[in-house]
Amino acid sequence: MVRIGAFLVGLFFAGWLLISFLFGAVAYVSDPPQPTVEHEFHKAPKHVSFSFDGPFGRYDRQQLQRGFQVFKEVCSACHSLKFVAFRDLEALGYNEAEVKAIAKQWAIKTPDVDPKTGEMSTRDPVPADHFPKPFANNVAAAAANNNAIPPDLSLMTKARHHGSAYVYSLITGYQPQPAELLREFPDAKTPEGLHYNPYFANLNLAMAPPLTAEGQVSYGDGTKPTVDQMAKDVAAFLTWTAEPKLENRRRAGLATIVFLLIATGLAYMAYQNIWADKKKAA
Amino acid sequence: MSFPWAEHYTPKHPVMQWMDEKLPLPRLVYNAVGAGYPVPRNLNYFWNFGVLAGLALVIQIVTGVIMAMHYGANDLVAFATVEQTMRDVNSGWLMRYAHANGASFFFIVVYLHIFRGLFYGSYKAPREMVWLLGLVIFLLMMATAFMGYVLPWGQMSYWGAKVITGLFGAIPVVGEPIQTWLLGGFAPGNASLNRFFSLHFLLPFVIAGVIILHIWALHIPGSNNPTGVEVKGPQDTVPFHPYYTAKDGFGAGVFLIIFSIMLFYAPNYLGHPDNYIEANPLSTPAHIVPEWYFWPFYAILRAFTVDFFFVPAKLLGVLAMFASILLLFFLPWLDNSPVRSGNYRPTFKKFFWILVIDVLILGYCGGAPAEEPYVMISQVAAAYYFAHFLIVLPLIARFEKPLPLPGSITESVLNRHNIKGEEDALPGMGADPQPSNAG
Repeated sequence: MVRIGAFLVGLFFAGWLLISFLFGAVAYVSDPPQPTVEHEFHKAPKHVSFSFDGPFGRYDRQQLQRGFQVFKEVCSACHSLKFVAFRDLEALGYNEAEVKAIAKQWAIKTPDVDPKTGEMSTRDPVPADHFPKPFANNVAAAAANNNAIPPDLSLMTKARHHGSAYVYSLITGYQPQPAELLREFPDAKTPEGLHYNPYFANLNLAMAPPLTAEGQVSYGDGTKPTVDQMAKDVAAFLTWTAEPKLENRRRAGLATIVFLLIATGLAYMAYQNIWADKKKAA
Repeated sequence: MSFPWAEHYTPKHPVMQWMDEKLPLPRLVYNAVGAGYPVPRNLNYFWNFGVLAGLALVIQIVTGVIMAMHYGANDLVAFATVEQTMRDVNSGWLMRYAHANGASFFFIVVYLHIFRGLFYGSYKAPREMVWLLGLVIFLLMMATAFMGYVLPWGQMSYWGAKVITGLFGAIPVVGEPIQTWLLGGFAPGNASLNRFFSLHFLLPFVIAGVIILHIWALHIPGSNNPTGVEVKGPQDTVPFHPYYTAKDGFGAGVFLIIFSIMLFYAPNYLGHPDNYIEANPLSTPAHIVPEWYFWPFYAILRAFTVDFFFVPAKLLGVLAMFASILLLFFLPWLDNSPVRSGNYRPTFKKFFWILVIDVLILGYCGGAPAEEPYVMISQVAAAYYFAHFLIVLPLIARFEKPLPLPGSITESVLNRHNIKGEEDALPGMGADPQPSNAG
């Protein structure tokens, strides 16, 4: 009984799937799916190497500081960094006093309540505070940015495939819309107020090119602030904001794996030793 | 329970004797996973994965309980508390990555455990109950994993919850009320998150309970083995401890090394980047995909694209997806070949490997966007999946001519080690399919 019932159920599912396949195949042949403009013109992130690549890579503190400077002077005007606190910057090589000064001089103030009147007010951030948001809320953010809300950057490099290379490619990837794109897809002209960028998922990005000129940020360590360099530095900084424990993780991993290799080697020898009499003969 | 020649627990220390009189817990452990459990001597490395699955569950419970101490099950703060665990809790990143990757590794070892059971016929009489309880554990694991994936409240958490609970919405008439009841609202929200957290905490302990039943049921007939021939005497077995505890210790080491490589050097490889974006009910991700371990079933769900008269394609997909797992409960009665091990079943072996490739193809299509040609490929692959279990296996069992079985486990071991002079001394060579009450 079980087998007859199973046979009928199997026949139904398998049969209907094959019929569905035939429907799909006929549709596929008679009306092949048209390539979309994203499929044709979207590009994978550029190849770019960072000091933290590979299993033993580490952050370059100088580069993180430069990237932080780019974030501070350019990105932070529109983008929040809500999961990072000023105190976290000590990991970049700043000392306590420097972190305190960075927080105090931050252009955006931390919302607070006046302790006397209870009215909403603001104050200078302290190291314990997270980076204050540039806009009071999403409505204000959208209103100031042509209806697009600038995303929080804390986790950006983990929220995109190949995140570090993606950030670098996006910032350096603005270009005029290719003529062949408009020839193939006449309806896909970049709308007014958006910017063509082949590294962005739907090719048209609300953010205007943020880094446009060499020297837009003046580095203190003598590195030449080319657009390429600034983009790389800020991509490195955002990799750190997304994964601040990367170096701890890799260090702990090495120790764990060395320990496990030794322990497993011993376990293997114990296993062979215990089984020695059984493996030789009956 | 167990075989008559099993070693007996005889506590020597007075404290242990006192304990044995009052609460014979050491005796229970001794008989379950100690020297008191005789196990076939010829188990290969595929028999390590049961213990490894238990280890994976322990890792999940330990890391999970610690993470729960820092987690806020509220849709306004859930995402932020997970980030706080990653950044500000001592070794929080380790707990979180171990838990996220631990779920994947739990499924890897359980899939290999199921693979072993399917190939060596461990589901057949007299071990049907072991198989059925194993499937209950698998279903509980899937429910637990699904709800756990919702907790970080990222984009995939939210939209995954919406899609999976939406499956119940496909049921006619009562579907939408059921979906609303499951979610505690019309869309995933704080009520859903809270109940998922509660159940995600509860279910692992239910799994632990069913594992005890699974092992209990296993110990009645004893373990299967690569020949599928039943144990005939003391020469066929070795005590679980120290023989298999030693082997499992080595297996656990290898497992932990591979797990550590993922956990410490590619912790986000198996995850989806979209889950690092906070849940946003107003923005649908381009492709909603579940975690990789659900991909084969997701492919079956999406393979139904054509309505069957008055039955909508979506409902068919939902029914097929549940059927694809539930049919495994009937497997001991579908495959009624008296021979267990695939090693002695030439036709079964070929179709078995086709099934393995078929499931891998389904997995690949389930992770791909719902576009052609992936839908067409998954339609053919899903058709084979159903045909394999419901049509092919019963037919093979009927028409296949199995290879001659070894007379006993010991005989097969001796042949493998090629020990001369002893082969002739052993009777019972040749075709001797063991009796079975399957069918």
